[in-house]
Amino acid sequence: MQWEIVIGLEVHAQLSTNSKIFSGASTTFGAEPNTQACAVDLALPGVLPVLNRGAVERAIRFGLAVGAHIAQRSEFSRKNYFYPDLPKGYQISQFDLPIIGQGSLTIQVPTTTAGKTYKKVVRLTRAHLEEDAGKSLHEDFQGMTGIDLNRAGTPLLEIVSEPDMRSAAEAVSYAKMLHTLVRWIGICDGNMQEGSFRCDANVSVRRPGAELGTRREIKNLNSFRFLQQAIEYEAQWQIDTLEDGGTIHQATVLFNSDKGETRAMRSKEDAHDYRYFPDPDLLPLAIDNELIEQIRGTLPELPLSKQARYVTDLGLSDYDADTLTSSREMADFFETTLNEVPKEAKLCANWLMGDVSASLNREDRDITQCPISPQQLGGMLKRIADGTISNSAAKEVFKILWSEGGDPDTIIETKGLKQMSDIGAMEAMVDEIIAANPTQVAEYRSGKEKVFGFFVGLAMKASKGKANPAQMNEILKRKLAG
Amino acid sequence: MLNSSLQQLGAALRSKKISSVELTQLYLDRIATLNSKFNAYITVNEEMSLAQARAADVKLVQSETNALTGIPIAQKDIFCALGWRTTCGSKMLSDFIAPYDAHVIEQFNSAGAVNIGKTNMDEFAMGSSNETSYFGTVKNPWNHKAVPGGSSGGSAAAVSARLCAAATGTDTGGSIRQPAALCGISGLKPTYGVVSRYGMIAFASSLDQAGPMAHSAEDLALMLNVMAGFDERDSTSLQRESEDYTRDLNKPLNGLRIGLPKEFFAAGLSADVAPAIEASIAEYKKLGASVVDISLPNSRLSIPVYYVLAPAEASSNLSRYDGVRYGYRASEYTNLADMYEKSRAQGFGEEVKRRIMIGTYVLSHGYYDAYYLQAQKIRRLIAQDFDEAFKQCDVIMGPTTPTTAFNLGEKNDDPVQMYLSDIYTIAVNLAGLPGMSIPAGFGGNDLPIGLQIIGNYFDEARMLNVAHQYQQVTDWHTRTPQHIEG
Repeated sequence: MQWEIVIGLEVHAQLSTNSKIFSGASTTFGAEPNTQACAVDLALPGVLPVLNRGAVERAIRFGLAVGAHIAQRSEFSRKNYFYPDLPKGYQISQFDLPIIGQGSLTIQVPTTTAGKTYKKVVRLTRAHLEEDAGKSLHEDFQGMTGIDLNRAGTPLLEIVSEPDMRSAAEAVSYAKMLHTLVRWIGICDGNMQEGSFRCDANVSVRRPGAELGTRREIKNLNSFRFLQQAIEYEAQWQIDTLEDGGTIHQATVLFNSDKGETRAMRSKEDAHDYRYFPDPDLLPLAIDNELIEQIRGTLPELPLSKQARYVTDLGLSDYDADTLTSSREMADFFETTLNEVPKEAKLCANWLMGDVSASLNREDRDITQCPISPQQLGGMLKRIADGTISNSAAKEVFKILWSEGGDPDTIIETKGLKQMSDIGAMEAMVDEIIAANPTQVAEYRSGKEKVFGFFVGLAMKASKGKANPAQMNEILKRKLAG
Repeated sequence: MLNSSLQQLGAALRSKKISSVELTQLYLDRIATLNSKFNAYITVNEEMSLAQARAADVKLVQSETNALTGIPIAQKDIFCALGWRTTCGSKMLSDFIAPYDAHVIEQFNSAGAVNIGKTNMDEFAMGSSNETSYFGTVKNPWNHKAVPGGSSGGSAAAVSARLCAAATGTDTGGSIRQPAALCGISGLKPTYGVVSRYGMIAFASSLDQAGPMAHSAEDLALMLNVMAGFDERDSTSLQRESEDYTRDLNKPLNGLRIGLPKEFFAAGLSADVAPAIEASIAEYKKLGASVVDISLPNSRLSIPVYYVLAPAEASSNLSRYDGVRYGYRASEYTNLADMYEKSRAQGFGEEVKRRIMIGTYVLSHGYYDAYYLQAQKIRRLIAQDFDEAFKQCDVIMGPTTPTTAFNLGEKNDDPVQMYLSDIYTIAVNLAGLPGMSIPAGFGGNDLPIGLQIIGNYFDEARMLNVAHQYQQVTDWHTRTPQHIEG
């Protein structure tokens, strides 16, 4: 019998403001414990929160990027619970009236066929602003717990999806797309090791067409790999449980990445009553159209729009378009390269996704750390396009550009990599080869077309690799035909 | 000197008749002698006060003066003051030394005023008699068996007993006006948002408002000039042009329309308070005012609404006192939950715990709509009553409290009776309006009676004018309790 997996994600994206959401303390990661916690973050008696405008603007940027409704009036509420790393005994969050309403995100989901993807629209329920808690450090203190409040008050945007995903692959594609988007519009650095982008996955299973099953929420997944593994494990566990005649109880679970298992942390019965109520220290947040329009004016072209343009205007495949828009930097690199050789989109795409990406991967760099500039790459591609150099010569130029830099034309000149384009000289070479190899010529002419490769090898060798392969093939075919 | 107005003290300081150090020492000596009698102060720090006085004397020599430069002002122990123990009347904060200044303290410091000490108060400002203080009850200077009122009872007693020139208070449901009335002094709760709450320890954030307590309306105006002002660290602080609250003091009251809410003169008002209020109104008529009968029909719901909303906010505001980072922590506990429970059970007093429980209850899942939301709706109705009333009158008057000061211990076992002593003051906080109390006579037991004046939003200058004109033709505010000689 078939099972359908139903997944909804809650993503916490840390907003890239310099200071905290309700205080002036710095948000820089990795400082000595408690050096970036001011009186407000420590929740000293008498302190009050003041909303960071930068956090609001980033939330609006996100809302616009996912086509969501931006609330003209939203509200901050207190979520009350006791925990040592929650200094006030409540978290300031948004409950009834979030800043961002319904939106959507189009994702490309890979299939089992390499290079094949399908498109899917995932609906977003809402996105709201809230403050992060501090950290409890259980390892470093013998029998005690240390509290580091540097992270307390860091601005977060919690982005909640509808339960629209039907496989771990879809969930990962959604998370990756969101990850791309928040970096693309410059609201989050996306650093998952540092916790700047964390996912909670709500997973349930059901028979196709049936009502939604009971969900369990997997907390705090901080890599795409763990997200995939955790959902796959959890869904299979639920299916096995149900098939064994068991029932699923609503619960919060943790993923143990060492064991690859999920384990229940608390059940619904232990759930807190958070006693949400509007924070009387903060006035309702009013956003006027002027601010929304001003922010809209600063939004870059979004990945989806670029993808569509690459396919329609540039004739690239969906897969290429998707890959080239995996980050804003990649897309910028591609477009700057393309400026140098405007008609050669496919050539640019192939080199970027081929040699450039492979070389970057080998050296564990990202596109912003590429030693070759888009102008240099474009300059080289221009010479491939106009037939000055062959593809194999281009690989030579690329290596030199990568390791030594320089101007592609100068490299082609000084290394003598120019392609031979003198038809007369090539014909003379071919004549010589035909004269020197009568046996093979006879074989070819009697129908053994395999021998053609032998002649190509000799011809390229004679030209020292500089002959234009297409032209040389044409001459060989003509002359061998007799 | 002890009965001088702030203006007279300022003039004496500026003309070098007395130095700030001498004046400060005078009050410090009085506190040393008399505080054991009244228990008005929780913390006195001679070193720090005299250091400020010396600095003020330098300013006075250089003529860089403000109306309050060099004048000793008592601060309610709810305001964080850098280097001062700031307890909020609680065991929870009995050892807490504030590492920063509240906005109000900064304002007094930059005016060159001297902090003469931190005054006693009900624990976390929860109380109407000062009996919930961890640091003991305050005695009413007019009668040592009577309460001074609360929660700013220490400030009221300190002003009344001449243990400071003037004081600060905070008012969430009447905590400035009620003790001012019971101790025979003047007190003003400004419009919500006029004085920054930054550094003022929160009880109920949407109601808390700081204000001055002094001998006269004129003194209040000078105090408010220092305390008021926009502060970007408090999101509920109002960004307005600064104003001189003394500017209208001397305006005649011809044509003033006084609204008398019938609900404030109904059953529950004691037989000795009513005639004193009526006599005050008669005095105002002589000054050219006319009287309008008005109604505040929803004000009868003020107390139940207040005792839903204030505890709800308090239950959350007081969550930070968990023994983790500062404040009281139980000495023995078995695990984290036990540490929280024991620290909070031992660190908070009965009334605070009662309100935390009420607040937690009304915010709970399943009760929120019936209590919290419903109370918010009625709160809006109460505010609308005032809006309607101010279409017919310029100020509203009535008694500040239903009775004069009750005896220590009298209402301790009956919280609801205690809550009823704020019946005339609470609606003002719910509406966010300014309100004040000025001395208006004495009751049958020779205890002071307060006249409450309620103004429209931002009408503090007019209210001070109305109070000042009354104080020009009466002398209730100059009366001094016996037994306060040092």
